[in-house]
Amino acid sequence: MSSATPATASPDSVPPATPTPATPTADSASPDSASPATGAVLTLQDVRLGHADGPALPGTVTLRVAPGELLAVVGPSGCGKSTLLRTLAGLLPPRQGRVAQDGRAIAGPAADRALVFQEDALLPWRTVRANVELPLAIRGMPRAERRGCAADWLDRVGLAEHARKLPRQLSGGQRQRVQLARALAGRPRAVLMDEPFGALDAHTRAGMQDLLVDILRGTGATVVFVTHDVDEALHLGDRVALMGTGEVLDVPHPRRRDAQHEPGTAALRRRILASL
Amino acid sequence: MTAGRRLLRAASLAAALGLWQLLTSWDVNLWLRFEQFPTAGEVAAALADRLRTVPYWQDLGHSLRRIVLGFVLAAVLGVGVGTAVARSRWAADLLGPLLEVVRPVPAIALVPIAILLLPTNEQGIVFITFAAAFFPVVVSTRHAVRALAPVWEEAVLTLGGGRLRVLFSVVLPGALPGVFGGLSVGIGVSWICVISAEMISGEYGVGYRTWQDYTVVDYPGVFVGMVTIGALGWLTSTAVELVGRRATAWLPRPAGRAASPAAFRGGGRSPARRGRELAAAPSTALAAAPRKEPVP
Repeated sequence: MSSATPATASPDSVPPATPTPATPTADSASPDSASPATGAVLTLQDVRLGHADGPALPGTVTLRVAPGELLAVVGPSGCGKSTLLRTLAGLLPPRQGRVAQDGRAIAGPAADRALVFQEDALLPWRTVRANVELPLAIRGMPRAERRGCAADWLDRVGLAEHARKLPRQLSGGQRQRVQLARALAGRPRAVLMDEPFGALDAHTRAGMQDLLVDILRGTGATVVFVTHDVDEALHLGDRVALMGTGEVLDVPHPRRRDAQHEPGTAALRRRILASL
Repeated sequence: MTAGRRLLRAASLAAALGLWQLLTSWDVNLWLRFEQFPTAGEVAAALADRLRTVPYWQDLGHSLRRIVLGFVLAAVLGVGVGTAVARSRWAADLLGPLLEVVRPVPAIALVPIAILLLPTNEQGIVFITFAAAFFPVVVSTRHAVRALAPVWEEAVLTLGGGRLRVLFSVVLPGALPGVFGGLSVGIGVSWICVISAEMISGEYGVGYRTWQDYTVVDYPGVFVGMVTIGALGWLTSTAVELVGRRATAWLPRPAGRAASPAAFRGGGRSPARRGRELAAAPSTALAAAPRKEPVP
């Protein structure tokens, strides 16, 4: 990622943000699904972010997300992390530059790129099961089949017996688990997560991180995970992108609970905190 | 409702009836004049007589048919127009000014138009009933649709849904609480207008009968008409209220007054099962409500 505050800054001054395709680390899955053209699932090339009716964010973003990779994006408040995700989702057109999925320009929202919101985005009038069935119904899957599929996903997130409840009858953590199930049930190519655990307490959050790691395994989904929590980014990400400086850093031991005391992780943590 | 509150409500009604009976049987004639006024007993007797006649029930059927037709038309068209105006700038520009100009005209003032436009009296009365309920439904639907949380629509869009999916899965169900607010107002105004329209141009119906009784100086009959109008009005608005509460059972309600949607219950869980669940998923216990946290 290259985010140069004065537009004149040379991208070369930020070595890790060069447009070389990101190499997935050993933990990331299914490099075979890579787009042959670019080797990246999601690509942003010199993208200027911003709402159509507001000022554009300073600097441009260049970023590639490799197949099966989990890219964590951290940055200070208001730096455009959410705007980046909404642009990738297709909810917001870029002010300039090119945003593409598998080499094709992103023109609007699609089932290929599911967005998981920080706030409660479940439809409150639908039962938990009906919420998870939504992407399957949109895809035109027959009722019996999608019921089974939804039950399967609810089971994976540990909410099988809550299927017939309404979202308001669940706790905040449970609702986020339903959102995860709903996003993944449609088997999207990429999952975009906007501080999905940001509103949860520390204990719940750790449980959700483990659950996320667990259910992503084997899906081959490419994930962009926005968070303001450096430890969360270091735990979940294969790489961490710093929204402020434009650096993209490799995480030495992704998704290992005991890795936070390793020297490599600790050094990276200090480096990220210093640059924020 | 507790027995005490029921008693209080019944007592309030009984006191009003008792006062009526006293004032009229004593022919109280201070500033208000009760000497011509029928007593509660006379009205009750007249009502009992009328209940045994066929025309009473025919009138009732006519009025009910008119209000149901007019109201259902208003509900369907009102929700449609309200949604279109809220969702499409094109529809807002096309229909908005027209609606704002016609809206302040009381429906009952449209009687001359109804007589000019529509071939039969019957259709005219239904038209007036429709016009009365239409505007409250349009206005509340428009507000409810505009107030929808954008995150619901965005969620459906990023799951691959198109415009129609958003309309039927997000906009219409999400606007329902507001729509029912408009329907409740609408059914009340419809009653006022159907009775008034019947008084002006009806050939049957409760309003027509009430006015007829007045012109032939049958005062107990007038009161029978009023009691009937009141009862039917209460019946129809309660029906709308009940349907609305059922359709919006997903709304959070204060504890103790929940509509208890049995279908949404997850089923009883044994303590052992619950214990296992807590052990397996420690994440449920302390979860806070969603809120935006400050970013360091």
